[in-house]
Amino acid sequence: MNFGYYPGCSLSGTAKEFNLSLKEVLKNLDTDLQEINDWCCCGASSAHSASHLLAIALPARNLMLAKEQGMTEVVAPCAACFNRLKVSQHELKTDEHIRIKTEELLETKYSDGLEVLNLISLFQKIGLDKIKSHNKIDISHLNVACYYGCLLLRPYDILKFDDPEKPTLMEEVVKATGAKPVDWNFKVECCGAAHSIAHTEIVENLSMKILDDAVHHKADVIVVACPMCHSNLDMRQKNIIKHNPGRMEIPILYLSQLIGLSMGLNHKKLGLDLHFIDTAPLIASLIEKEVAV
Amino acid sequence: MENNHVHPTIQKIINLTNQDPANCYQCGKCSAGCPIRDYFDDAPNRVIRFVQLGMYDRALKSKAIWLCAGCQTCSSRCPQNFEPAKFMDALREIAAEEGVTPSDKNVQKFHKAFLNQIRNNGRSFELGLIRDYKLATGKLFQDIDAAPTAILKGKIGFTPHKIKDTKKIKSIIDKAVKGNTK
Amino acid sequence: MRIGVFICHCGENIGRTVDCPSVAKACANFSGVVHAEDYKYMCSDPGQNLIKQAIKEKNLDAVVVGSCSPHMHEKTFRKACSDAGINPYLVEMANLREHCSWIHDDVPLATKKAIDLVRMLVEKVKFNEPLIPIRVPVTKRALVIGGGISGIQASLDIANAGYEVVLVEKEPSIGGHMSQLSETFPTLDCSQCILTPRMVEVYQHPRIKLMSYSEVENVEGFIGNFSVTIRKKARSVKDELCTGCGLCVQKCPIKKVALSDFDEGLATRPAMYVPFPQAVPNIPVIDRSVCTYFKTGKCQLCKKVCGREAIDFEQQDQFIKEDVGAIIVATGYKLYTIDKKPDDNPIKGYGEYGYGKYKNVINGLQFERIASASGPSSGEMIRPSDKTVPKKIVFIQCVGSRDESKGFSYCSKICCMYTAKHAMLYKHKVHDGEAYVFYMDIRAGGKNYDEFVRRAIEEDGVKYIRGRVSKIFEENGKLIVKGEDTIAGVRVEIDADMVVLATAMTAQSDSSKLAQTLSVSYDKYGFINEAHPKLKPVETSTGGIFIAGACNAPRDIPDSVSMASAAAAKALVLFGSDVLEREPVVAKVNEATCAGCFYCQKVCAYNAVEQKEIKDRQGNVIKVVAYVNSGLCQGCGTCNATCPSKSIELLGFKDDQIYAQINSFAEVF
Repeated sequence: MNFGYYPGCSLSGTAKEFNLSLKEVLKNLDTDLQEINDWCCCGASSAHSASHLLAIALPARNLMLAKEQGMTEVVAPCAACFNRLKVSQHELKTDEHIRIKTEELLETKYSDGLEVLNLISLFQKIGLDKIKSHNKIDISHLNVACYYGCLLLRPYDILKFDDPEKPTLMEEVVKATGAKPVDWNFKVECCGAAHSIAHTEIVENLSMKILDDAVHHKADVIVVACPMCHSNLDMRQKNIIKHNPGRMEIPILYLSQLIGLSMGLNHKKLGLDLHFIDTAPLIASLIEKEVAV
Repeated sequence: MENNHVHPTIQKIINLTNQDPANCYQCGKCSAGCPIRDYFDDAPNRVIRFVQLGMYDRALKSKAIWLCAGCQTCSSRCPQNFEPAKFMDALREIAAEEGVTPSDKNVQKFHKAFLNQIRNNGRSFELGLIRDYKLATGKLFQDIDAAPTAILKGKIGFTPHKIKDTKKIKSIIDKAVKGNTK
Repeated sequence: MRIGVFICHCGENIGRTVDCPSVAKACANFSGVVHAEDYKYMCSDPGQNLIKQAIKEKNLDAVVVGSCSPHMHEKTFRKACSDAGINPYLVEMANLREHCSWIHDDVPLATKKAIDLVRMLVEKVKFNEPLIPIRVPVTKRALVIGGGISGIQASLDIANAGYEVVLVEKEPSIGGHMSQLSETFPTLDCSQCILTPRMVEVYQHPRIKLMSYSEVENVEGFIGNFSVTIRKKARSVKDELCTGCGLCVQKCPIKKVALSDFDEGLATRPAMYVPFPQAVPNIPVIDRSVCTYFKTGKCQLCKKVCGREAIDFEQQDQFIKEDVGAIIVATGYKLYTIDKKPDDNPIKGYGEYGYGKYKNVINGLQFERIASASGPSSGEMIRPSDKTVPKKIVFIQCVGSRDESKGFSYCSKICCMYTAKHAMLYKHKVHDGEAYVFYMDIRAGGKNYDEFVRRAIEEDGVKYIRGRVSKIFEENGKLIVKGEDTIAGVRVEIDADMVVLATAMTAQSDSSKLAQTLSVSYDKYGFINEAHPKLKPVETSTGGIFIAGACNAPRDIPDSVSMASAAAAKALVLFGSDVLEREPVVAKVNEATCAGCFYCQKVCAYNAVEQKEIKDRQGNVIKVVAYVNSGLCQGCGTCNATCPSKSIELLGFKDDQIYAQINSFAEVF
């Protein structure tokens, strides 16, 4: 299978392991990603904080490039990029006023018709049965808390992805890997997002609540589909524990890394050594249970 | 939205968000679910109320519009199909346009630094972003503990990825962004 | 033809802009007009007398009155002329008010227009034919659909007036939602105590034919003459033999499988069941989907213990035809279902409140069952999950109502009142309990209603918080309710033991299907429309079909009862005469020229066009032509406009009449 690929800025930098694990997993699932040539930043939170037009124009440029380069489906693994691309697509389609202004700004005509996929939809397209069939390691002892965050699901009317209050699609992918998803309360609560740098205390507070709830519901690992969430829950976890002692560490994995683990892929190639919270104990628990399926 | 005699600020909001602040019936569900609400000076529904009452200065000076994380929890639960998150964005833009000093400096400086990187490179460059932010805020020692690990693990690049069409990006940002967020 | 023309000044209304005396003078010169006069108020008694006198003295055949809109006084002038001996359909009105004096300022031009208008009608009336009102017989029986409080009230009113009523109820027992309630506001009367005497009265009434566990399948006919097919569903019990002893229900071994609808899913009921002890009729029903006999062929315990041999496993649904003259729809409401809905359904549910996921998040009717002495906990205030007494209850109003995004945009009217009632009932039973109500507004507009809500706050200590709840989640057996108080501008978080959601009142799920069966109009929510929101609240778009209660809009019990009596009164008006007179302005087919294409049938919105066989003397069918049922025809004229061969015409508005009008005007140019 072949998909257009919009990595987004984080996957090339601080979310390196997301990119690595995704590419590694897809290689083993006969899926190719073709990166959009000369893509630019989607604008993330800063664009829509400064200018509505900019917030639509930056993603629009990428959508137009993808179309020009002959792509019909584009995967944006970062939830924020996914959200911005979809919102831009939606507004260009429904608001003639903004479409005209955007076309003026970009000096190109916009035409609709590209399908933008997030990480989970990508795996749905590849097929959960296919993932199941590649199960080489038994990870059924792993209790997984699926953390969706905000931008993957909301606003529902534009994204039309999963129920924003009771989502289940990530759990289905996790089930296909053999791991056990747990039911917990903070699936869709905000981690603090872009305030990571400007207001770290907000992120520490909100992310702490998420970590606590996952642990309270007996999760061994939290699985995410967004580099911002990962950074807030992983990079900031050490300080959270330092400022609020008495808490155990809980590893934070990207969904692609979990799938890679179930497929028995090399841990370094999945970027599992690039986390702030040590994943070694988790990996150790797996080696013991290696079962040829 | 068929109102005649609409105040220019309201009209700006309507143009930017495609919704009329009059539609909010002040039920408070947005404020109840807002994760950042405790850090705001005014709850989200209160900011909308200020606009409804014509107290635009009060609204534009509130911390809420800067601290809003854009998590869309409010927008997805509002019974009137109103989107407070979009409304906050619009107020941010109007505040910049009208030269209102942001009540929260950090966030605004962060966005400025971020956009600056994109303007130069077409993509985000973490080192540059952090450098610009620290210089702007004077918080030279922030996250200094995370730096070594991040660098060791190869997560922070030392040079930016520059795209080919940076000229275009520069022109887009310069044309689209008004006011003091530049 | 000898035509009389009468021009009315209508005081200043016409007289100010139209020079009426000149109009009358000009009309006197029209061909065919033998009398023309003007008067200040033609519709008054002296005015009408002028017309009557002129008819007698001048031997008039037809009359044209130039005055206001026919909507106002067509009946008046037709009656006056009819009294004086002229067929009422030889009377025409020229609208010199709404069509002339009220919309123009220029007196000479308006006067000229008035003359033209009258002349057009004078030319038309030359082609008018005398028409006889159509008389249809009236079947003096009523059908009431729905056996809740509205249906019960309407049935009793009609039956007590001396007419027979067929009452059809789809559940095994009558009583509706009112029988599920614990107490009613604002008096806190025990609901079943005030309802069951009425239910028994219905059952024992000699003129009420109660068909419970039945549904209306098909309705044909028209006002005064409906033919209804009713499906009597198979109870598997012969109701003429059953005494209601209840032994079979006691002995039925399948006790825990089926959830009780009456108890809103909070308790189970046996496969052989009576919905509640005070059910009317007290005849059980077998739920064939869970009954062992119907699934495996074994058991038959009920049959063995029945002393009257009333159990009949072979029983099938029966179709029964009833002829009635009036129908009252009183099908009531259902509560908004809170759960995930498919994407194409705009109502996406309130997932954030955890209804269905958390056992202790319940809706209003479920609370009623818990509070009710005949409920699953015998009136003890305990929560569903662990049967403990909740010490803190949170009530949330407006769940699904006033909600453009996930619910209905309307207000459900009763929730503010029943929430106050629920909070009070809770406080009366759990003295040290805490009750919180999250509200946006308080709607308590009825008699003694506002005082009732104040009582909850001031006497029973219920805490009202102005704001909404964003999310509920469960932690350690408690429900964490995250809300806001917008008046103080603070977050309010409550760890409750139980949460009660005041969900929206909406139409029954099959209400649009029933409306289509009856050919009545309904709105986008499924509520059946009243004919006029101000002045015709109990009539529908279809003559002879009336509505009462919550099937029309969210409504409380007193208003539903009033509406039911009003609907009954309308039916009684219908039954007041043996025949019904209908306007003879109906379509008529020229069978000689009709080609039998039936385009008219396709466009008729009232199903008034039928097919008629024309036979020769030997009985062979020569052709099939269209035939208009004058009882159903509403005189809209669509068939007339559609017919390619001009074989169908509208009596009173035939082509020659209309062309005469048009030509008389065209001649001016």
